[in-house]
Amino acid sequence: MINVKNLKKSFEKNRVLKGVSISVDEGKVLSIIGSSGTGKSTFIKCIIGLLKPDSGEIIVDDKDITQISDDYELMELRKNFGYLFQEGALFDSMSVGENVAFGLKYLTKVPKSEYKKIVAEKLALVGLVGIENMRPSELSGGMKKRVSLARVLAPSPKYILYDEPTSGLDPIRADSIGYLILDLKKKLNVTSIVITHDMSLAYKVSDKIAMLCGGNLVLHGTPKEFKTTKNAMVRQFVDGKREGPIKLVPTGIKTEGDDNI
Amino acid sequence: MFAYIGRNVEFALEQAGRVSEMIRSAFFWLIKSKLESQQTFLQGVRIGVASLGVTVLTSLFTGMVLALQSGTTAQSLFNEPVYVGVIVGFSLVRELGPVLTAFVVTGRAGAAITAEIGTMKVTEQVDALYTLGTDPIKYLVIPRYIACMVMLPLLTVFANFFGIFGGYLVSVKGLGVSSYTYISDVRTFLNVEDFMHGFLKSFLFAFVIATVCCYNGLHTKGGAEGVGKATTASVVTSMILILVVDYFASSILVSLGI
Repeated sequence: MINVKNLKKSFEKNRVLKGVSISVDEGKVLSIIGSSGTGKSTFIKCIIGLLKPDSGEIIVDDKDITQISDDYELMELRKNFGYLFQEGALFDSMSVGENVAFGLKYLTKVPKSEYKKIVAEKLALVGLVGIENMRPSELSGGMKKRVSLARVLAPSPKYILYDEPTSGLDPIRADSIGYLILDLKKKLNVTSIVITHDMSLAYKVSDKIAMLCGGNLVLHGTPKEFKTTKNAMVRQFVDGKREGPIKLVPTGIKTEGDDNI
Repeated sequence: MFAYIGRNVEFALEQAGRVSEMIRSAFFWLIKSKLESQQTFLQGVRIGVASLGVTVLTSLFTGMVLALQSGTTAQSLFNEPVYVGVIVGFSLVRELGPVLTAFVVTGRAGAAITAEIGTMKVTEQVDALYTLGTDPIKYLVIPRYIACMVMLPLLTVFANFFGIFGGYLVSVKGLGVSSYTYISDVRTFLNVEDFMHGFLKSFLFAFVIATVCCYNGLHTKGGAEGVGKATTASVVTSMILILVVDYFASSILVSLGI
């Protein structure tokens, strides 16, 4: 279980998260939606320890990550997590196969002789076959994303954090990624947090959806609640309307009555 | 005015703190975890073996020009090119060998270290290392520290040898100094302490290069432009620090009789 309480994070004067509290139960999928620049990626980067929050608690398996100062202990805790980066973040200096096998070396005790089989298996799972020897520079954006997903899946993590898993993918591939997330939940009881702008994906895979706006939590509820809510901000975002309480400004996102951004 | 000075002092202290933290973390992972032997070997080849050619050329011509200048000056003062071997040997082994080799490694390998780590940083590959169960300090920084600190002193030995050889070529073939005189000058006047003096300094230079170049790489911001700026900063800072460290290290070593 991941339980986040009153999480705050600023970058110099820019208050990105203003006290967000969300929890995800074991084996459940939480989608986080919200306009660009509202702190969604910052939120999951705090969970995995890539960013240190200014205050708040992040409790994973009864341990508060924010209180761990020992590099080694933090690394051990991170081993339970998989993180899908928005742009893939594949290692340029390695082949696709080496990229996918990377986590097996550091996160598992799987013998080296089995790497090849697991790599092929995970690549097939995301619809890629026979590309183990290619370099990341030879792949399209969508392929990079799927290789990156295969790399996340290879060590079989307990928690997976997806940063926009379907951006840059065609609708059919995007749909298959949705089914993959559901499959991991059903078969392996994987707990997931999915950041997305893709409402069809959010409705399909989520047990709960949370919407962030201007660093605050607007609504945390089931997909059904999101479909029926009368909350103006949620309605504007979900229905994709330009007019509404969320105002797009050149430097970021501003909601009515919010002068902090 | 005071605000400007204050901001700069604050910035410098902040940088010093971050560098100390990186060095602390490097020691921590060096003790706590297994060495990335494959990465260390790869970096050793990139930093050391690939820099050998340019190091040899630099030191060879430095030795040749030293012999030429000292030989012609001695000839005009004493009517014969005396002590060319001594001047070439001392200059190279104690100063020019270690410093020029450090400059070559900074320009060739140090810039590449910052550019590579910096690109990884701005494309989130450094963050990916964290999420895949390893620490960037352990995976990227320690292998480069070890490779620099093993390879730079070895390259300095080659630089000394080829520099003295360059001086030999010019002295014997160009200035008419006998082969025996040049070699006996070098062997008589140069002792183990002189070699140790340069050798010890090359360890310090290697530490400076690895620290500056890895630090700038890990703190790169702002895409391709940021990588370019970080790389330039690494080369300039390393070269200045090498000269500063050279002076202070030489003072200490001389006072210790080395």
